Amino acid sequence: MQTTLHTTPLNSAHRALGAKMVGFAGWDMPLHYGSQIEEHHHVRRDAGMFDVSHMLAVDVLGGRARSFLLGLLANDVGKLKEPGAALYSCMLNEQGGVLDDLIVYFLGETHFRLVVNAGTADKDCAWLAARRDRHEPTVTIEPRRDLGIIAVQGPQAREKTWRALPQLRAATERLAPFRAAQAGGMLVARTGYTGEDGFEIMVPAAAAAGAWEALAASDVAPAGLGARDTLRLEAGMNLYGQDMDETVTPLESGLAWTVAIDAQREFCGKSALQRQPLRQLLGVLLLDKGVMRGHQGVRGAAGSGEITSGGYSPTLNRSIALARVPAPVAPGDDIEVAVRDKWLRARAVKPPFVRRGKILISVEC
Amino acid sequence: MTTPDNLKYTKTHEWVKAEADGTLTVGITFHAQDMLGDVVFLQPPEVGRTLRKGEECAVIESVKAAADIYAPVSGEVVAANQELADKPEKVNQDPYAAWMFRIKPADPGELGALLDAAAYQEVAEADKH
Repeated sequence: MQTTLHTTPLNSAHRALGAKMVGFAGWDMPLHYGSQIEEHHHVRRDAGMFDVSHMLAVDVLGGRARSFLLGLLANDVGKLKEPGAALYSCMLNEQGGVLDDLIVYFLGETHFRLVVNAGTADKDCAWLAARRDRHEPTVTIEPRRDLGIIAVQGPQAREKTWRALPQLRAATERLAPFRAAQAGGMLVARTGYTGEDGFEIMVPAAAAAGAWEALAASDVAPAGLGARDTLRLEAGMNLYGQDMDETVTPLESGLAWTVAIDAQREFCGKSALQRQPLRQLLGVLLLDKGVMRGHQGVRGAAGSGEITSGGYSPTLNRSIALARVPAPVAPGDDIEVAVRDKWLRARAVKPPFVRRGKILISVEC
Repeated sequence: MTTPDNLKYTKTHEWVKAEADGTLTVGITFHAQDMLGDVVFLQPPEVGRTLRKGEECAVIESVKAAADIYAPVSGEVVAANQELADKPEKVNQDPYAAWMFRIKPADPGELGALLDAAAYQEVAEADKH
């Protein structure tokens, strides 16, 4: 069956750069522009940019928007007090399973914005509309396919962004992490998915290519989905669909810190989160040579589990993974991973592996 | 030149070089490493192992995926490139210098059944689509 892939406003820019394009969640996206590993290092050491326009911004509008989100999300949008504040949260079904993970931006009391994953965007919009109809019919849900999103990440990301797009400097120079500001027709957030400093910039589709070119001219290196995946894995960040889905709760996914449970607030899935989880998501460092991959078996004294995301870490020059394992497994435990036809030696570790260019786990055997 | 004329090839993307001493040197093609992306791990076969033509005998892993390397002919492994296992990125940098193992063929006639450069080029082109 031939299906047509969606294209982002930067598609021709990727092709002009000679990117290797792949289908991802229904989108035609750059995997890499030559070497995935070099792109990875470039983000850790300098600055790289990713086209993440496949992700969907969804505006939630109206006087009851906050109330709607209070019941929708596992994290508490009551924490969002000043315009520009952002919050990472899971959106759960009634059973506490993760429908999606997202960032919610507070732009004004009648204007919140969610940014959701590409692969779940249609499902999310249907869920939002259904809950709106049932709970807050005055709220407007507005998908913003008219926006492109560029993530600029790395220790030099902010400096190079200001050089490329000087109209953003004044509004974003004092922007704290997990805050956003509007400037020059764009929404600039100090967020990301790499474990490095930087911005995620939402820009009108028609202006996306111009912003991309300006960033390239300021020596920000394009980086593809391949590097995005190894960077987020090193940073210990979950990938929806691999590390979590509707069959697991945030408490089983290393995301207890994003769940705000208090007596005053009801939210969808809350009642399912009262039980102590039997499983957890932990990091794995491979001690033997080889590369761990998703779905490989994990075993240890405290029971067995499965790799959810695995791969090669360019920063550690080792294989690392996230794995769903029984709750009694503790960081530091010796475990084994079934890599192809062999059980290889590995160690359970507490993610993240790398943040802000620094290795945070012991790699001694 | 991404498919040198002086080499033989397999449909499974190995290149094979006939050495003066009758042994065959084996690696993976430019096309194979291009499809794999950055190579990060290589496990060559053990020296002394007897292989049957088409048998899985080595493992290569890139940032993207794991792939098997198949014996292009039957014979005995007489050398394995452990240096390459320590620097797997050389497979991307120069795939035709990055040899993986050397095999002493049981039947030297099997070499003739392998693909020449033009025939392999067609295989690689078809693989891209």
